[in-house]
Amino acid sequence: MTFSFGSGSGPGTSSGMHPAGKIALRLLFAALFAFGAAGARADEIADIGKLLKAGQYDQATSRVDAYLASKPKDAQGRFLKGLILTEQNKTAEAIAMFSGLTTDYPELPEPYNNLAVLYAGQGQYEKARQALEMAIRTHPSYATAHENLGDVYAKLASQAYDKALSLDSSNSTAQTKLALLKELIGTGNRARVVGTQTAAATPVPAKGAPPAAVTPPPAKAGPPAVTPTPPAATPTPPAAAKGDDAEVAAAVNAWANAWASKDVDGYLGAYTKDFKQKGESHGAWAASRKQRIEGASSISVKVSGLKVSFTDANTAVAKFRQDYKSNITSANSSKTLVLTKAGGKWQIVEERSGG
Amino acid sequence: MNKVLLNSWRGRLAAAALAVPLFAVLGPVPAQAQVLIEHTASGDVEAALGGIFKAIEDNKLEDAYNRVNALLVARPNYRLAYLIKGDLLLARGAAISKMGAMPGAPADKVSDLRAEALQRLRAYREKPPVDQIPRYLLQMRADQKHAVVIDTKKSRLYVYANDNGRPRFVADFYMSHGKNGIDKVREGDQKTPIGVYYVTSYLPKAKLADIYGNGAFPINYPNDWDKRQGRNGHGIWLHGVPQDTFARAPLASDGCVALSNADLEMMGKSIDPGRTPVIISDNVEFLSQDDWNTERQSLLKAIDDWRRDWESRDTDAYLSHYARDFEGDGMSLKEWAVRKRQVNAGKTFIKVKLGDMDMFRYPGTKKEMVVVTFQQDYQSSNLSNAMKKRLYWIKDGGTWKIVDEGAA
Repeated sequence: MTFSFGSGSGPGTSSGMHPAGKIALRLLFAALFAFGAAGARADEIADIGKLLKAGQYDQATSRVDAYLASKPKDAQGRFLKGLILTEQNKTAEAIAMFSGLTTDYPELPEPYNNLAVLYAGQGQYEKARQALEMAIRTHPSYATAHENLGDVYAKLASQAYDKALSLDSSNSTAQTKLALLKELIGTGNRARVVGTQTAAATPVPAKGAPPAAVTPPPAKAGPPAVTPTPPAATPTPPAAAKGDDAEVAAAVNAWANAWASKDVDGYLGAYTKDFKQKGESHGAWAASRKQRIEGASSISVKVSGLKVSFTDANTAVAKFRQDYKSNITSANSSKTLVLTKAGGKWQIVEERSGG
Repeated sequence: MNKVLLNSWRGRLAAAALAVPLFAVLGPVPAQAQVLIEHTASGDVEAALGGIFKAIEDNKLEDAYNRVNALLVARPNYRLAYLIKGDLLLARGAAISKMGAMPGAPADKVSDLRAEALQRLRAYREKPPVDQIPRYLLQMRADQKHAVVIDTKKSRLYVYANDNGRPRFVADFYMSHGKNGIDKVREGDQKTPIGVYYVTSYLPKAKLADIYGNGAFPINYPNDWDKRQGRNGHGIWLHGVPQDTFARAPLASDGCVALSNADLEMMGKSIDPGRTPVIISDNVEFLSQDDWNTERQSLLKAIDDWRRDWESRDTDAYLSHYARDFEGDGMSLKEWAVRKRQVNAGKTFIKVKLGDMDMFRYPGTKKEMVVVTFQQDYQSSNLSNAMKKRLYWIKDGGTWKIVDEGAA
């Protein structure tokens, strides 16, 4: 997936219902003043935005991380972080970021839209559809979301047709590319359509959703974006767990230790034999991990704040903060591992960054 | 009615498409809208389709979409449902003018699915009259617990139970038949035979290729009448469908009758190989109980008159029950008459008892015809035997006459 910066329409607009239609790529990048933030804060956000626009992802990342360290709940900081992750093709982390925003700020359509873009990029059109319909539910006249939704409908229709007529269009259908919103509560699209579409819009508001798009968004009283919140993660020693919790904690620690000691076999063995990520085969995934581990001369991995929950007796979800340092790079991120128990052994079936 | 419905697809969806902004604000499909369909009969699918098309007619496209998704949860490989889903999605973006509106969709496949939709909706809206009896089932034997009646024109298979001699409707299913239609004559003509048959055996899934689905019930095509007409070919079965699809088009097989696997299994519970009759017609007629009784009585009387004239040793009276184009045991009517006169001449008495009789009207013949099978207990002064016999009776000049006689 590629994104181009700048305001207004990107290359091409939706060609309607043809499954292989070229999809609009509209990105908006405007000042992010919506929450009426104090000057210094707004300046920082604007600066990070400029770094992102300039492609300075590493710098943008460290600035936004620093910003979020003091304001972990801040919607604009998290939105920017989501955009940076998206630009870096860190799709899973970007999804987690936007997904968190939709949970904390369900009234904002932009995170839903961007979530939909990322889902569509993964071929998860039904999820994309649901996210876009949520965006439109909160803001019925949101033109970008409507256009994206039209493209998602077209893609879903095409998939339904493939199944109806037992066609295989997998290689004839271009991947749908949707418009990512680069702006949270901006003055671009969302406001622009107000004059034209809401007048004609049906008088049926989405249930329980205020017609928020009609007026410029007021400062939200709701989530205290301004108030700094203390870091959520309080370290819990894995030792405190018992029984299955302890087994899962031990498996997570063993995985981290194998990684830190560059024990490739031990590291890969912590995953199930058919573990896959991002559509890669297990073999391709294993090869890239091996290369990455062997390519570093020193690695340190610290796991903190581990929390284990169980979906069922043989499926566990481990969430923790991962502090990774190597001679090449370092990253402190939240991580989720889904583990499954087979033959008395807990192994990783899913790995994602973020909540 | 059904035609109107399918044609109305055009106007409705075009109109519906205008309402797209309206239903875009309705939000995502709630998970609880997916009502699971519990039963396995194809009737449930038709009820679901009926609901979907009603919602489309009423311009409730969101409702239609939820319903089609629910149907796909219950029937994951249902191609027709996918086509409707595809069209409903297309309709959100632009007015669509026909079922299967996607540019470049293969016309033959769309047309097959459209035909299936028509047949199923027709069946849904025109249920078989429960208080009436298919004209074919004049009499079932006590040990025939069920009978199968197939209407190729309606793509429908009906199961009737033998309720103390009276056929009672049990279930009906959507079915597919031969690519080239009906009136099978030759091997490889990809047509389905029309006639009265019996299920001869059962073949479980394990012994079958995937194309036959979850099981198969071979029938006795070609029967005696088919052979007399010079028809050939073999291997006509009632069977299931491949695992990758829920159903096949109305005209899809090489001459067999194909049902959805769930339906085949449900129908299979009513089938007793060696006993269950299968009557394949292109136009099933239903009779009121009174008319059915009248037909039965008229035929039963003809059979009893024949039996009594046989016992009377009045050979002319006996031969009056045979049609001019009669054939039996390889003899023409003339040869048959000579033989019967010889045989009867040497006897001082004949006693004929008939039992365990079934009578089925035969579909697709020029003159009305009924095939009658019974246990015949024959005693005479110089010879006695017991045999299972089969008679074909035709209506000739207003009276029932035997056109074919032989061992069953």
